[in-house]
Amino acid sequence: MATERRKPFAIKAQPGFGLVAMLCFFMLYLPIAILVVYAFNAGENIALWEGFSLRWFQSAWANETVQEAAMRSLFLASVSATIATIVAGMAAIATTRTAPYRGLTFKYAMINQPLMVPEIVTAVSLLIVFSRFKVWTGYSGIGYLVLAHTAFCIPFAYLPIRARLENMDLTLERAAADLYATPWQAFKRVTLPLLVPGLVAGYMLAFVISLDDVVITEFVKSGGQETLPTYMLGQLRRAVSPEINAIATVFLALSVLLVTLFYFVNRKKN
Amino acid sequence: MSDATRIAENARRADIRNRWWLTAPALFILFVAAIGPLLVVLLYSFMLKGDFGDVKYGQFSLDGWFSVFFERDIFDDTVGIAEAHVSILWRSVKLSLITTLLTLFIGFPTAYYISIQEPRRRDLLVFMVTIPFWTNILIRTFAMQEVVRNEGVINTLLVWSGIVDRPIQIMYTDWAIFFGMVYVYLPLMVLPLYASMEKIDFRLVEAGYDLYAGRFQVLRRVIIPLVKPGIVAGSILVFIPSLGAYVTPRVLGGGKNLMLGNLIDLQFGQGKNWPLGSALSITLLVIVTVALLFYVRNASKSGGGHGH
Repeated sequence: MATERRKPFAIKAQPGFGLVAMLCFFMLYLPIAILVVYAFNAGENIALWEGFSLRWFQSAWANETVQEAAMRSLFLASVSATIATIVAGMAAIATTRTAPYRGLTFKYAMINQPLMVPEIVTAVSLLIVFSRFKVWTGYSGIGYLVLAHTAFCIPFAYLPIRARLENMDLTLERAAADLYATPWQAFKRVTLPLLVPGLVAGYMLAFVISLDDVVITEFVKSGGQETLPTYMLGQLRRAVSPEINAIATVFLALSVLLVTLFYFVNRKKN
Repeated sequence: MSDATRIAENARRADIRNRWWLTAPALFILFVAAIGPLLVVLLYSFMLKGDFGDVKYGQFSLDGWFSVFFERDIFDDTVGIAEAHVSILWRSVKLSLITTLLTLFIGFPTAYYISIQEPRRRDLLVFMVTIPFWTNILIRTFAMQEVVRNEGVINTLLVWSGIVDRPIQIMYTDWAIFFGMVYVYLPLMVLPLYASMEKIDFRLVEAGYDLYAGRFQVLRRVIIPLVKPGIVAGSILVFIPSLGAYVTPRVLGGGKNLMLGNLIDLQFGQGKNWPLGSALSITLLVIVTVALLFYVRNASKSGGGHGH
């Protein structure tokens, strides 16, 4: 019997795993692909392809409700992410690079709490409290949404900033102190510049999280305070027009852009 | 106490005080818009329901908690099990469990496959899992709707290939919710699994083969035990949001196939029974916390076990 030259035994391989992986990626991207393709459909009917057209993007762009909701979403995300990044940055500085002190665990628990509570529970709890506030103060503006979004963005802004602080080289700050820098100067000229990538990453995460939120916004918003996601949720209950596909496609593009940016900001760090 | 130690002690106290001031704004925001409201929910679950929503202040009652599981017959006042609630609770747990299982069955081979690629391709594949992860859940649910609708891909294919002659109704059934949740939460399973597979020491796998183990035996006796923390983390990360899912069942399940999240919503909307809604919220929170504690216990256990 002629001995064939045997393929080297691949110790890492497992039969069928590659196939499942391909199937998994196919599954992840097929629905999104369909959604995007039909945003460019010329016809009214979502099931039938009637040629390429940008009409749904135009009609979504011309739709004042959509414009207003989009502006509100962007405003909310930028304001909430800014506040969340600042307060989370301060909290990160206060909770890292120290021997454990009394209350540290409490702080961790408080900051990470929004990650552990189901969104719907947070949503109804805010509905209860803010509807009271609205009656008491007579104010029913966008401040409630800013407050709610800031709160659930804090842990997302906190995590990358904290990670950045913990990996920071302490010798640079000591060198600054040796050169007679005051603590404030050392912070401003050494720590803060080193912290910037963490702050950017935290800001971007917070921004995406705020931009994507549906459930909490849906329960906290007062009349006429639709954001893009709550507007879409409302539209999904009616007969869906390809205009929604167009909005979703733009939204998707924005998310992909932000994630890609985030990825590169984070990669440069390593 | 010498002067030196006193000065050091004072400096330490001042440092801790500053650290509290620095954390204060974050803690304040979280108290007003996260923890505080949660305590109010707990309080509301013990109040008497108002006639038009809200509660009657200062009037305490256990009705909210009572009606989580029981209901009183309106005619003869007998107490029975609240079947609607129990069936919704059961549907939530059942759908969440099978979602977790299916994402595990798809996610495990996928994460493993990613982890054995060369670095460049590996980074690209991880990035491809991350994109859906950061995409709005509503958009992904909507994308799934396009797939399972009567005029959607599945039905078009089935009809076209002649397997069925009429579209089968998937939309507004438990199947639609199930598909939607698997789709939406799959990245949450793949990412932690990948994180632990990345660290596999393949010398152990090799040792398994040297000892005459087959592919499957190596998988079962070597690889799976090694990545158990990732399996637990992924399962918890999928199970918890599935249990509290609101958007996916609302869009894909229509008004009929409620899950716990939608039942809670209903009590604050049409149901106008805020104490019941609050009690259900606390119930959900307790289940989630138990799952998390299970995870923490497991994670610390296996972490200790790996310490050589």
